[in-house]
Amino acid sequence: MSSPAVVALRAVTKAFPNGTRALDGLDLTVRRGEFLSLLGPSGCGKSTALRLIAGLSRPSGGAVVWGDGAPKAAPARGDLGVVFQEPTLMPWASVAANVRLPLQLTRRADVAEPRVRAALARVGLDGFAEAYPRELSGGMKMRVAIARALVTDPALLLMDEPFAALDEITRFRLDNALLGLWQELGKTVVFVTHSVFEAVYLSTRIVVMTPRPGRVAADIAIDAPFPRSETFRTSAEFAALCRTVGGALADAMGETFA
Amino acid sequence: MSGSPAEPAPAGMPPVGAPAEADEARPWRARLVRFGLPLLALALGCVAWELVVWVYAVPAYQLPSPLAVATTLVEDRALLFGSLLVTLETTAYGFALAVLGGAGLAILFSQSRLLETMLYPYAVILQVTPVVAVAPLLLIWLPQPVAVLACAWIVAFFPMLANTTLGLHSVDHNLSDLFALYGASRLQRLVRLQLPAALPMMLAGARIAGGLSLVGAVVAEIAAGSAGAGSGLAYRIAESSYRLNVPRMFAALILLSVAGMAVFGLLSLASWLILRRWHESALSRGP
Repeated sequence: MSSPAVVALRAVTKAFPNGTRALDGLDLTVRRGEFLSLLGPSGCGKSTALRLIAGLSRPSGGAVVWGDGAPKAAPARGDLGVVFQEPTLMPWASVAANVRLPLQLTRRADVAEPRVRAALARVGLDGFAEAYPRELSGGMKMRVAIARALVTDPALLLMDEPFAALDEITRFRLDNALLGLWQELGKTVVFVTHSVFEAVYLSTRIVVMTPRPGRVAADIAIDAPFPRSETFRTSAEFAALCRTVGGALADAMGETFA
Repeated sequence: MSGSPAEPAPAGMPPVGAPAEADEARPWRARLVRFGLPLLALALGCVAWELVVWVYAVPAYQLPSPLAVATTLVEDRALLFGSLLVTLETTAYGFALAVLGGAGLAILFSQSRLLETMLYPYAVILQVTPVVAVAPLLLIWLPQPVAVLACAWIVAFFPMLANTTLGLHSVDHNLSDLFALYGASRLQRLVRLQLPAALPMMLAGARIAGGLSLVGAVVAEIAAGSAGAGSGLAYRIAESSYRLNVPRMFAALILLSVAGMAVFGLLSLASWLILRRWHESALSRGP
């Protein structure tokens, strides 16, 4: 990987007031254009790492360095898109109003309408602009959340186990849709998951993390070509990659339990 | 995602209005049961009451018959409805001031923890001190209409303050993070996140405040009693009681109950109209 760094965590430590050390000396570089998955068991600090990158919490030690490290390399509001574990939609607002929110908060409401329409079309929800979140299925709500994250056209998309609560059929469908978007838009994606299969299917690189405290246990490049489809999901190559990554994950967990 | 087929329509979506189907299948019977039964109970009660008064020849100053009350209601209509309007006006002003004051103070509290810590205990004291005990003092200090209004305001104010405070605090954490991510200002956060999230609680508070405002107005009018120059419904009750005009007391009492139900009904309707598109309370089948 020779593309320039988008953001790097340098020896980042995060301790919470209750004494939990979620991260301890985490080194991680996210490179432009890659689809990077953070893989690990619950409680390994994957989500904490994502929140640090999003600027929603501050590291207790170490640093989050943007781009080449110049002070103005830090992302402006709207350069980052985040998709949370839950769709996190405003129940009182229509789908269009939910997607419009980031533009309003960053005072770009003047360009909102075409962008909102484009974002909804991109996630396949053209006809649902005036629907309310409670009228949508779980998968559709997640699509709205993705449209909302994309509406500011961010360079970096952070996703925190976005499809974990969905049934497998919907999940596969959204995985495919997400890959399509990633190829089409050329964004950098950091994707947190605890599913080996999902990580292998989606990623160009997988970082396996150890639980409590979170550190990098393995860094595995997934070189399978894109576009990936059901053919890849059922191939021997996919199975072999899953075995490798699964083995790394087992090692990572074994270290702490031993 | 443009190419991917739309998901099979909203699998997790409970068809809106589904619970109502049982009612819609036999609307006539359902409605008859819901409204007919209470009315039937009322009719039976009135007949029994009328019989008791007639059989035992109870004098009207002890217990007037329903017919006598109805007759009074018609004969004294000008007086009684005039008084009803006075009481309703006080109730409406007390309620409006309580909504503005309670919600306004709650918003101030949400912006300044310092202010909240400093003043909240006094709001609680205002609430727990019985308004009947405060009314005489207010009647000394203030002209009577203002004193009555102040009492209506005092009792209606707290539910609005407490509910709005709770509502403003019960914002979804992830949504709060999302607002932080896009660098939302305090005002944006308040208007676009906290107030909409608090709205259901505020409307529940308003429903309580509406009824309590009427209670406060009545209590103050009673406290003012015959000494007062007022002309509200509660004043009519006090006055009728001194003159032993019991049928008129009953008539005024009935008007007060109806007014209370109307206030509650109107506020419930307003709440339903505002929340019906998104809030569970308005979507699940009501009463």
